[in-house]
Amino acid sequence: MMEALRNWMKARFGEGVLDWLWHKQVPRHRHTIWYYLGGMTLFLFVVQVVTGILLLLYYRPSPGEAFESVQFIMTKVQFGWLIRGIHSWSANLLICTAMLHMFSTFFLKAYRTPRELTWVTGCLLFFLFLGFGFSGYLLPWNELAFFATKVGTQMMAAVPLIGNWLLTFFRGGEEVTGATLTRFFGFHVAIFPLLTTGVLAAHLFLVQYFGMSVPPSYQKAYDKGEVPTYAFVPNFLLRDILGWYLALGVLAALAALFPWELGVKADAFAPTPAGIKPEWYFLFLFQTLKLIPGKVLFIEGEQFGVLAFGLGALLWMLVPFLDRRPEGPLGRWVAVVGGVIVAYILVMTVWGWRG
Amino acid sequence: MRARTWITCTILLVAASAAQAQQSPAPADSCRTCHVMLEGRLQEPAAQFEEDIHAVRGFTCAECHGGDAREEDMEKSMSRARGFRGVPKRTEIPQLCARCHSDGAFMRNYNPSLRTDQLAQYRTSVHGKRLAAGDPRVAVCTDCHSVHRIRPASSPISSVHPLQIPNTCGRCHADPGYMRAYKIRTDQLTGYQASAHYETLTRGDLAAPTCATCHGTHGATPPGVASVERVCGTCHVFQEQLFDQSPHKAPWAASKIAACLTCHGNHAVKRTSDALVGTGTEAICMTCHSAGDGGGKSAERIHKALGVLDGSLGEAAAILDRAERVGMEVAEARVTLSSAREKLIKARVDVHTMDGAKVEETTQAGLKLAKQANQDGQNALAEHAFRRKGLALSLFAIAFVVVCLWLLIRDLERPRIVNETRRP
Amino acid sequence: MGESASEHTQKDTRGRRKLLGFLFGSGVTASLISFFYPILRFVLPPLSGELDADTVAAKANELAPNTSKIFRMGNRPGLLVRLADGSYRAYEAVCTHLNCTVQYRDREHDIWCACHNGVYNLNGGVVSGPPPRPLEQFEVHIRGQEIVVSRGSRT
Repeated sequence: MMEALRNWMKARFGEGVLDWLWHKQVPRHRHTIWYYLGGMTLFLFVVQVVTGILLLLYYRPSPGEAFESVQFIMTKVQFGWLIRGIHSWSANLLICTAMLHMFSTFFLKAYRTPRELTWVTGCLLFFLFLGFGFSGYLLPWNELAFFATKVGTQMMAAVPLIGNWLLTFFRGGEEVTGATLTRFFGFHVAIFPLLTTGVLAAHLFLVQYFGMSVPPSYQKAYDKGEVPTYAFVPNFLLRDILGWYLALGVLAALAALFPWELGVKADAFAPTPAGIKPEWYFLFLFQTLKLIPGKVLFIEGEQFGVLAFGLGALLWMLVPFLDRRPEGPLGRWVAVVGGVIVAYILVMTVWGWRG
Repeated sequence: MRARTWITCTILLVAASAAQAQQSPAPADSCRTCHVMLEGRLQEPAAQFEEDIHAVRGFTCAECHGGDAREEDMEKSMSRARGFRGVPKRTEIPQLCARCHSDGAFMRNYNPSLRTDQLAQYRTSVHGKRLAAGDPRVAVCTDCHSVHRIRPASSPISSVHPLQIPNTCGRCHADPGYMRAYKIRTDQLTGYQASAHYETLTRGDLAAPTCATCHGTHGATPPGVASVERVCGTCHVFQEQLFDQSPHKAPWAASKIAACLTCHGNHAVKRTSDALVGTGTEAICMTCHSAGDGGGKSAERIHKALGVLDGSLGEAAAILDRAERVGMEVAEARVTLSSAREKLIKARVDVHTMDGAKVEETTQAGLKLAKQANQDGQNALAEHAFRRKGLALSLFAIAFVVVCLWLLIRDLERPRIVNETRRP
Repeated sequence: MGESASEHTQKDTRGRRKLLGFLFGSGVTASLISFFYPILRFVLPPLSGELDADTVAAKANELAPNTSKIFRMGNRPGLLVRLADGSYRAYEAVCTHLNCTVQYRDREHDIWCACHNGVYNLNGGVVSGPPPRPLEQFEVHIRGQEIVVSRGSRT
């Protein structure tokens, strides 16, 4: 059947159009397994887009109706519970796989020349996914979401100089209100998707253009053509599809067995419930800020924390330009720093979760 | 230009002094201006009087103490010739206040909606009667309203504001030393502070009863045995009506047993619970009845009926909570359950009929509704379980595909004996 | 291995491949159906149509003046009253004392709770009895032939 399809395409588009796809080869070695994470992240993103669009058919972004519309989806719409459950769970899985993908490419030094821009676009995508997660979390307008957003946006005021402007911009006002909901909705369904489309297209193009990177230890052998490969179509692709089916199974199971709670409708005038914390992927930031003393040198504690994170994110994005010689001692040092970062994130996340 | 400046300054100066003159308050109270500069006991009343409603309305010290408040000279302002009478005797105080407060025409000039029968009421009270008999230790106007800091009862810092009344009455009535001569109890305040009425009052509901609500304000007298029921029944209307039809009414009236307080207490009226009726350890019925007699049997029947409905409501609520937590829609069932809960509330009022059959009638209706809510909850949970089965089906399909894929891949990549390309 | 053996192997391979391909194809079809069936059911709007944010409490001339009706507002009962002058008022019919369902009294023109004799006026305010707070009032709009009750805007 693939033969027939190829001929059909050839007859219309000429020889070369999809040849790159038919001829694409994927290196086969001990670390090949990490190659699947990129495709998995893409797949979960597609799941988010599809389920998100379906939810969009019923969701209403106003404080008087948001919670009720989600309740409506969960209780009255056929399989609404399933679509919503998959959307909520897939968001978490997406960020998890994105992190795994990001760290695996980091440690495999896939960002080395010529793939610097692939890494940069990848980082941008990661930040966009975090933005999706943060903006989407508010949309059900329940108590947890409301207060998590309040605490989260409060952090923006700690940015020096433009802090208050940022806060007002994201909240749509001084406090978290219906205006915030409208804004977050706009970010979640229009602005971030638009930006993501562009950055994702660039990222995927770059990946195809440069081909798959091999770990540094295999580079010499690869240059000599001594590393065995899979054909992307069908060998690697079938394995990809296998992974995607497993992911779908996991999502369906999670949605049905661990349904996402509706919660209690948000009340702006209720006191903040005890133990409020953000979603797990923000916990390490949250916990770090809690630990920073009130004042560090002459800078306010929170400001210091925000600046540190900002600087950290920037350095992370610029790693390809900093790690000029990945095979040398600097390269090893960078890997160690990366290890420390991973350990730090894990410890802070668990600590933040335990409260 | 210089001339213009001079003229402007002059005008401004004149205007300023005119304005200042206008700002000074109406009648000058020489008593206050002088006493405020003294110390201790002589200064306190003048300082306190600032906040008094009488001062705000333009009254001076002389209105009660006599004398002339316009005279600066002490000889003239505090002269007996001008009516100065110093500190009035306690026994004279009601008359003194009533001089204005019982004068309807006079009070109309200040607050037409204020009553003017306080003195007449006071004379019917225990305080008034004892004062007339020569006891100066009972409460007079100033004991409750304060002497120089009188504020309207609606002000939260007034000594006669609902929230303050228990403490005001308690100043004497909760003082065993002071009350020893009168041989009445002094535990009313502590009892009241442990009551449901006090809890409601302090929660912010100012309509909750305080001492004055049941005992009266100026005509303060404990209600007689026969009138306790009527007093409680002012708010607890249904309980009074049902009690009147109950088998307790006639015998208690005959034996002069007060209704309501015999079971519920008078000051320490606690929140009721279902344990108060029946044959259990906390049951009040057992004070007079035994478990085997007619009353005891009725009590047990009532207790059981309440318990059964309460249990059924709890079960239904638990199931609906579970269903709601897993995301199922149970709005209709919630409405049914709240109707069922209403029946329990009604049944608890029906307890005052002391009639097991009547209470059961109400609880049976409630049980039917609770059962319905329970059933709706079960249905919702069943639907949820059905979803899990649907999940199992789709997981089966997925697993099937995964296995096929795995086999297909294995097959594609099986090493060839003959030279074949890898491509199918 | 001889020629016949490899031919045999080739035939086996093709047969097995065909079988696997068939199983794979039907498996994928089955799984796709199990994905698209819920999606299809999802996009068709449910019968109950509207959210509980707005509730149709009654039809235009269902209530005579000075009568009332209990209707369902989400999880809770609501009370729709048509006043003597023909206008409508709506409240949450849940007494703020102990949550009994209140009723409209057409002789006294007030709202009464039968459990402990709580009385509210037509603005929802407490007149007498144990209720500590006023009744929550809803907004009433007339939309064509329907009387629509909604909770009104909140921040």
